[in-house]
Formats: sequence, C-alpha cells, structure tokens
Amino acid sequence: MSFELYITQQIINAVSLGSLYALVAIGLSMIFGILRMTNFAHGDMMMVGGFSTLVLQNLGLGFGWAVVGGIGVGALAGVIVERTAYRPVRGAPEVTLLLTSLAVTYILENLGILIFTSSAQNFPLPDWMDSAFQLYNGQITFTQINLLTVALTGVALTALGWFVTRTDIGLGMRAAAEDMGAAHLVGLDVNRLIVVAFAIASGFAGLAGVLWAAQSGVVEPYMGFTPLLKAFVAAIIGGFGSIAGALLGGYLLGALEVFIVAFFPSEISPYRDAIVFCLLIAFLLFRPNGLLKRTQEVKL
Amino acid sequence: MSRMQSLLAVVAVLAVMGVFSVSAPALMNDYFVRILTVMCINAMLVVSMGLANGFTGVFSLGHMGFVGVGAYLSGVLSLSDAAKAAYLPDLPAWIAGLHLAFFPSTLVAGLVCIVLALLVGAPLMRLSGHFVSVATLGFLIIVNVVLINADVYTRGARTFTGVPLETTLPWAMAWLLLTLVVLARIVYSPKGRAWRAVREDIIAAQAIGIDVLPTRLSAFVIGAFFAGVGGSLYGHYLGSFSPAGFYFAYTFSLISMLVIGGMRSITGAVLGVVIVSLLSELLRNLERGFDIGFVAVPPLYGASQIVLGIILILIMIFRPSGVMGDLELSFGRIAALLHKGRKE
Repeated sequence: MSFELYITQQIINAVSLGSLYALVAIGLSMIFGILRMTNFAHGDMMMVGGFSTLVLQNLGLGFGWAVVGGIGVGALAGVIVERTAYRPVRGAPEVTLLLTSLAVTYILENLGILIFTSSAQNFPLPDWMDSAFQLYNGQITFTQINLLTVALTGVALTALGWFVTRTDIGLGMRAAAEDMGAAHLVGLDVNRLIVVAFAIASGFAGLAGVLWAAQSGVVEPYMGFTPLLKAFVAAIIGGFGSIAGALLGGYLLGALEVFIVAFFPSEISPYRDAIVFCLLIAFLLFRPNGLLKRTQEVKL
Repeated sequence: MSRMQSLLAVVAVLAVMGVFSVSAPALMNDYFVRILTVMCINAMLVVSMGLANGFTGVFSLGHMGFVGVGAYLSGVLSLSDAAKAAYLPDLPAWIAGLHLAFFPSTLVAGLVCIVLALLVGAPLMRLSGHFVSVATLGFLIIVNVVLINADVYTRGARTFTGVPLETTLPWAMAWLLLTLVVLARIVYSPKGRAWRAVREDIIAAQAIGIDVLPTRLSAFVIGAFFAGVGGSLYGHYLGSFSPAGFYFAYTFSLISMLVIGGMRSITGAVLGVVIVSLLSELLRNLERGFDIGFVAVPPLYGASQIVLGIILILIMIFRPSGVMGDLELSFGRIAALLHKGRKE
C-alpha cells in the first residue's frame, strides 16, 4: 500500500470522527457561552436521539423520518431539562450548576437503563446505507455512513452559521453569550434565547447520537459518556464558549486520535485517551482560553 | 460546656464505638455489619473529599483516582506470594518479593497518594471553577486508562483478585475516627480558616497574606492521603475489584453523599453518607420488585439511582449548601438544643 493512500485513508477517518466530536462540542460550547455551565447531561442527548430513532423505526417509520424524529426528541429533551432542572438554579455558583447537570446525567442514564435495560440494542440500518465504497483496489475504504456523517455535519454547521449571523434570535444568542446582563437590558427575551440554544445544542447532540449509533451498530444508555468527555476536550482546545473554536477543536481532536493509532507504535495506542486528557490538562494550564477565544481570567 | 466535659464526651463516644464495633458481629447479622463497614469507608472518602471540594472551594472530580490507586497499590503489596504467582506472574522481581501486612500497605498507599497529589495538584490547583473540575476529571480518566493498560501490575480490565479480606468493622471504624479527629483539628485551626478564606474570596484572602496555591494544595494533598487509605480499606474489604469500580458511578455516589449532607461541614458529610447509604439500601430492595397485597410491582432496575438524582437536584434548587450548611453537629450544640427544649 502506498504511503499517500494510507494517509488519505487516515484523513478520511479523521474527518468522519472529527465531525461527530464537532457536533457534540458545538452544543456544549454554546451552552457554556451563554450560561457559564459545564453541561454534563449534554452527552445523554446523544443517547436520547439514538434510542428515539430506534423506537420510531420500530414503530414503522422510514429511516429518514425516524432520524428527523430522533433529532426532534433530542432537542425536546434538552428543552425539558433546561426548564425543569437548570432554570431554577440559573445564576447560582458554578459548582451548583455543575452538580445539577451531573444529577441530570445520572437520571437520564438510569432512565435509559430502566426503559431499555443496560445491554446494548441493535441499531438497524436500511440496506442502502450498509454499503462501502472501495477505491484503488480497496486501499481506500469508506462507508455510506462516513459520507452521510460528513454531509449532515456540513449541512448542520452551515445552517447554524446562517442562523447565528442572519437571524434576530441567533444574533441575540451571541449577544447573550457576550454579556447576559446587557442583553437583558436592551430588551432581549433571554429565557427564549436560552430555550432556543438548548434546542439547537441538544438537536445537534441527537444527530451525533444517531450517527454514532449508525457507525457502531448499537445504542446503549451510556453511549453519550465517552463522546461527551471528548467534546469537553475539543471545546476547551478550541476555546470554551466559542462555536468556531468547538468546530476547530472537534476536527483537531478527531485527527489527533486517528493519527495516534495510525502512526504511533501499537504499545502507545491503548493509552490514546490518556494522551488526549494530558493534552486537555496542558491546554487548561498554558492556554486556558483555547485557540480561538479572547483572554479571560480562569487562573490564579 | 466546659473543655473537660467535651473531652469526657469524646472519650465516652470512643469507648462506646470501640465496644460496639468489636461486639457488632455478635449482636447483628452479617448484612448490617457489611453495610456499616462500607458506610465507615465511604464516610472516610466523603469527608476527605470535602476538604478540597467543600472547605477550599476547588471542586475536584478526581478523588476516585486516588482511591483506585490506593486500592490497587495496597492490593499488590499485601497479596500473598502464592496469589502473586497465580494472578500477576509477570511482576518485576523487586515488587514480587515485597510483601507487606494490611496496615503498612495501607499506609504506603496513603503516602504514595500524597506524592501523586503533590505532582498532580501543583499544576491543577492553579485552576478555578469549572476548569479545575474538568481537569481533575481528566486525571481520573488517565488513572483509569493506566489501570486498564498496566496489566502486568493490575491484571488490566480483568478482575484483580486474591486481596486478603482484612478490613473488619473495627479497622474501618478506627480509621474513620482517626480521619474525623485529624480533619476536625485541621479544619477548625488557622490552616482551615485559610482554606475557607480562599473559598470565599481569593482576592481578599491574598490581601491578608494567604498564599492561595499552597493553601489549596494542602487541602488536596491531605484529602488524597485519606482517599488512598480509604481505597486500601475498600480493596481489602472487597477482595476482588476492577478499574471500572473506581470510576464515574462511585464518584457520583460520593458526590451525592457529600452534597446532600453539606460539603462545608464535616458532620454534614458524615450525615450525607448515612442518609444516602440507608436510602440506597432501602430503594435497592424496592427496586427488585415487590407485592403490595394485590398488585405485583415488577423489578425497576435504575429506579433507585433516578430517585437519588432527583433528590440531588431538589437539594441544589432549595438548599444548595446541603442539610447541614456551614454548621457542625457538636456535643455542645446537641446539649444546647436539649437544654432549650427542656426550658420550653
């Protein structure tokens, strides 16, 4: 196998993985930007999206509509969580917000276990999605799902970019992220902005959940946990609170993970997650505002 | 209440607990002895977690990392030669030749955790707010990855087994009492006041000459020592365990105990352990399904955790400082309450 083709294959893998991380990290970063809250329950919206799609498919809906429904249920779950658990503690100290979101994670994951049991469930795919493309005599392989992941992420990101730069609510969300008090003062309906932010963020996570389930072939109650941790890393590398930063961080992290496995000796690759989190700690210490965010005091 | 009286009260409580812990196996069934032992270990872990998280205001999610290190390290040290040969055949010779009894291996676990906490804390304690929580969570994940992959020492993701079952109720209770006495002495000393000053207002604390980094680091390191010791006790209670046992689920249950009881109070933390342990035990029995006369309630796995999560959210909304808040339950306070009750 030629080296160029090998690298091309790794880049395809990196873009596909990075798209998923970016989808989750963007929502995490949006919510942090507006509410200064590290939302641990964000990853569980992936689980909600995945399971809802599964249930809707079992109810007889076509795959496409089931995915749309799954994203919708994910978005709705985010809004419900905001309304019931996060709004009453809004403005409380950071630790209170963090603990509330931890409690929500715990509730959602165990709700998943209660309804669907803790074992992984098969995630059925339509036949047309279950095929792979092979180029150069199979030296480069990618699946329909890889293609779909990149395409849907592109569509979602373009729509988000249009939304936050061209619509009143989108501009309002950015204003609230800049300064919540000032946004309130100029007459923006902050509650509405926050609900919309949660709906978009959770919908993105729901989409990521469906794609994650399609790639791994299963859905399970804890499926959102690891991607959430990775999304934290991605969001912080890019600059926690910045949408563009989360996007950049997601793709950088995807590339890093794929390249560690592809180019490092095989004794190193089991330690991939340890390396990733060492990188996180290094960023927090030396560049806590990430790559794309203006300076802000977080250290002593 | 005079100093003499409170000293007498402490001695009396110690004597009662000593007699109780030794005679407990004769008085009650195995089930309760086990619950009590686990509660003592958890109380040690929760109170030590409260030093950094509650008193210093640095909310660490990495406490369980030290517990895991303590359990594995003391386990490797106290494993019998036969068990070492059977389960960890590839151990380097110098470790395979080491064999320590329960107590010294527990101390070693605590001391190694002190060193580890100094190394980890020196950079991380510079961070504040969310950032220190996420960074310490990173530490927990790194410990987990290393435990899973260092299979020469830990058997990897498989169950680490053959650790002698040495943690009896008297051992657990003695360590808990030591923890409580030592930590109460530190928390209510000038050092402890510096911790709380740093929590309340960093700039004001610096203005009166408190050096923030060493102050936070001291709380983190002392907490890590008792986490390592508690890990060793837990390991020698279970006998066999795996890295997954020292990860997020256990972290969450410790956090819920700490926060429900009140993380700014030592007795609050202990109270949290009692409340959450009893509640979980009760709910776990309900979860298996039961009959109420004519209706059979099916098993609802996960229901007890959901209830616990809801309680935690309600506490966050209505009483974010926990049941005890800043208060301690002391003999003096109980006496004052009784006295007041009598007067009315």
